[in-house]
Amino acid sequence: MQADDRDSVAATLHPPAADAAAATALTPRKKTSELHEVFRHLLRNRAAVVGLIIIGGFVFVSVFAPLFSTHDPLRTNLGNRLQPPNREHLLGTDELGRDLFSRMLYGGRISLNIGVISVLIGVLVGVPIGAISGYFGGKLDILTQRFIDIMIAFPGILLAIVVVTVLGVGVENVMIATGVASIPIYARLVRGSVLAIKEQSYVAAAHAAGLGHLRIIFRQILPNCLAPIIVQSTFQIATSILWAAGLGFLGLGAQAPTPEWGAILSNGRAYIRTAHHLTTYPGLAILLMVLGFNLVGDGLRDALDPKTR
Amino acid sequence: MYQYIVRRLLLTVPVVLGVSIIVFSIIRLIPGDPARAIAGVNATPQFIQQVRVRYALDQPLYIQYGRFITDFMRGELGNSIFSGRPVTTELGERFPRTLLLATISLVIATILGVSAGIVSATRRNSVFDNASMLVALVGVAAPVFWMALMLQLLFAVQLRLLPATGIGTIRHLILPSITLGTASAALMARITRSSMLDVLRQDFITTARAKGLNERLVVYKHALKNALIPVVTVLGLQFGILLGGAVLTETVFAWPGVGRLLVDAILRRDYPVVQGTVMLLALLFVLINLVVDIVYAFLDPRIHYQSGSGE
Repeated sequence: MQADDRDSVAATLHPPAADAAAATALTPRKKTSELHEVFRHLLRNRAAVVGLIIIGGFVFVSVFAPLFSTHDPLRTNLGNRLQPPNREHLLGTDELGRDLFSRMLYGGRISLNIGVISVLIGVLVGVPIGAISGYFGGKLDILTQRFIDIMIAFPGILLAIVVVTVLGVGVENVMIATGVASIPIYARLVRGSVLAIKEQSYVAAAHAAGLGHLRIIFRQILPNCLAPIIVQSTFQIATSILWAAGLGFLGLGAQAPTPEWGAILSNGRAYIRTAHHLTTYPGLAILLMVLGFNLVGDGLRDALDPKTR
Repeated sequence: MYQYIVRRLLLTVPVVLGVSIIVFSIIRLIPGDPARAIAGVNATPQFIQQVRVRYALDQPLYIQYGRFITDFMRGELGNSIFSGRPVTTELGERFPRTLLLATISLVIATILGVSAGIVSATRRNSVFDNASMLVALVGVAAPVFWMALMLQLLFAVQLRLLPATGIGTIRHLILPSITLGTASAALMARITRSSMLDVLRQDFITTARAKGLNERLVVYKHALKNALIPVVTVLGLQFGILLGGAVLTETVFAWPGVGRLLVDAILRRDYPVVQGTVMLLALLFVLINLVVDIVYAFLDPRIHYQSGSGE
């Protein structure tokens, strides 16, 4: 879907825009116009706009969850358990009589937090590793890459599961686990970008000007790797949310009574025959949130890639 | 080429060692006495002492690791605390079931994903293209365990067409493999489509068309062969991810494979089983990646493997 929009946009876009993009890939200047350009491109992509609206909606209701929630998300009421959706309880109640709508509002907060914080962990650790590895090369690079190989040897959610096994369950540990699991992805990505950028003439110029290595890495090279990092981070938030919900579902993530979506779903499983709203709605919420980030990720990838616009 | 394969094989050695070190570390990093962790919470002090001596847990770390790795090479992964049976027996019993589930899922995902991708690319912007790409977007975003529950709800609880859980017949395989394969199918559809579109833009396709070749021949012979190269890479990767994703699918469908074994083992603090399962899944993934890289080298002769440090 996004590819069609990309092509139609590419056709209507003026050539100078593409040149500007190519130029900004090389020089760190002209940030405002580049940002403006990227944003304009993003807004022309219908799918990405839908994604932005979805994310914006979730962020809004999560921030103002106390205002929107109709009940205390933790308050149990055993006389009122497993109610189907009704006027009093918009999405019904769970096995302890708690209001599902209010629980899900707070659950959105948890999922967004996990997504953002785990990505921050991945970026803060993975990006410097990849940058240093790619910049200095040699034995350090080989060593780092073997280390990354080892982390990548654990497919998908497995590395997060291993980390949770060691650290124990709970929301904070899930953030760390999903963050750690994303470190190799960033390290690989940034290393590749740095390998290409460090051959550029302005890097040679910075060397000639006598700038230190760290300064060159963080001031000259990394700002030019931002595009792929931003795109990856958008997708990674989606992945982390999915992984965290999966851990919550397995009982390895958020614990009762935390209203995390995966955990709510897991508890609701036992009542799927009689009260399927407990599994349907949290799952839909996860799907929608992940979809939002993926759509924006697709849009950003096209908007930030000079080749596709 | 052979140089590349040899080097790729050699690169696998440190990865396997690294994986073994991580697995070795799990028990030593969790808070508490590793001997107690291996012996189980309810073990007698005598048994804990026995375990401590058996696994050299009273020795320095490098000796512990030496014992661990020699045990592993001999296929001795200890006994499950929960069942008391050797971990290798447990894995041997359950792994074929996971392998079956992952393989069927991969086959379904590949057939569906690749064909949807090809049709989407050749009939760009058609209703089919838009619809299948929308389904693909949702398929990637849907949580596996939720898909599993929704399929159970629809086909087992409401329509009563298929069994909700368990193993035994082909009918038991249908829902789990659809669940597990959906995300992969979606991903493959998207990759096939964009790869196919890329190839269809290339000069040699224009040439083939200009020669007056039948469009079908152009698409299925000339374009597809080249477009499938990235798909093959993803195929291997997906197989590994399916094995990891089996953790969730197996839990919902009560499918007694290694994924469910791992989750149960973590929840029961059955660390010998955790070690064995993690080791098995990771090593398998390393092996798959090795095979993919070698196949890739044969498929794409444009790539030279002389320089660089092994991407």
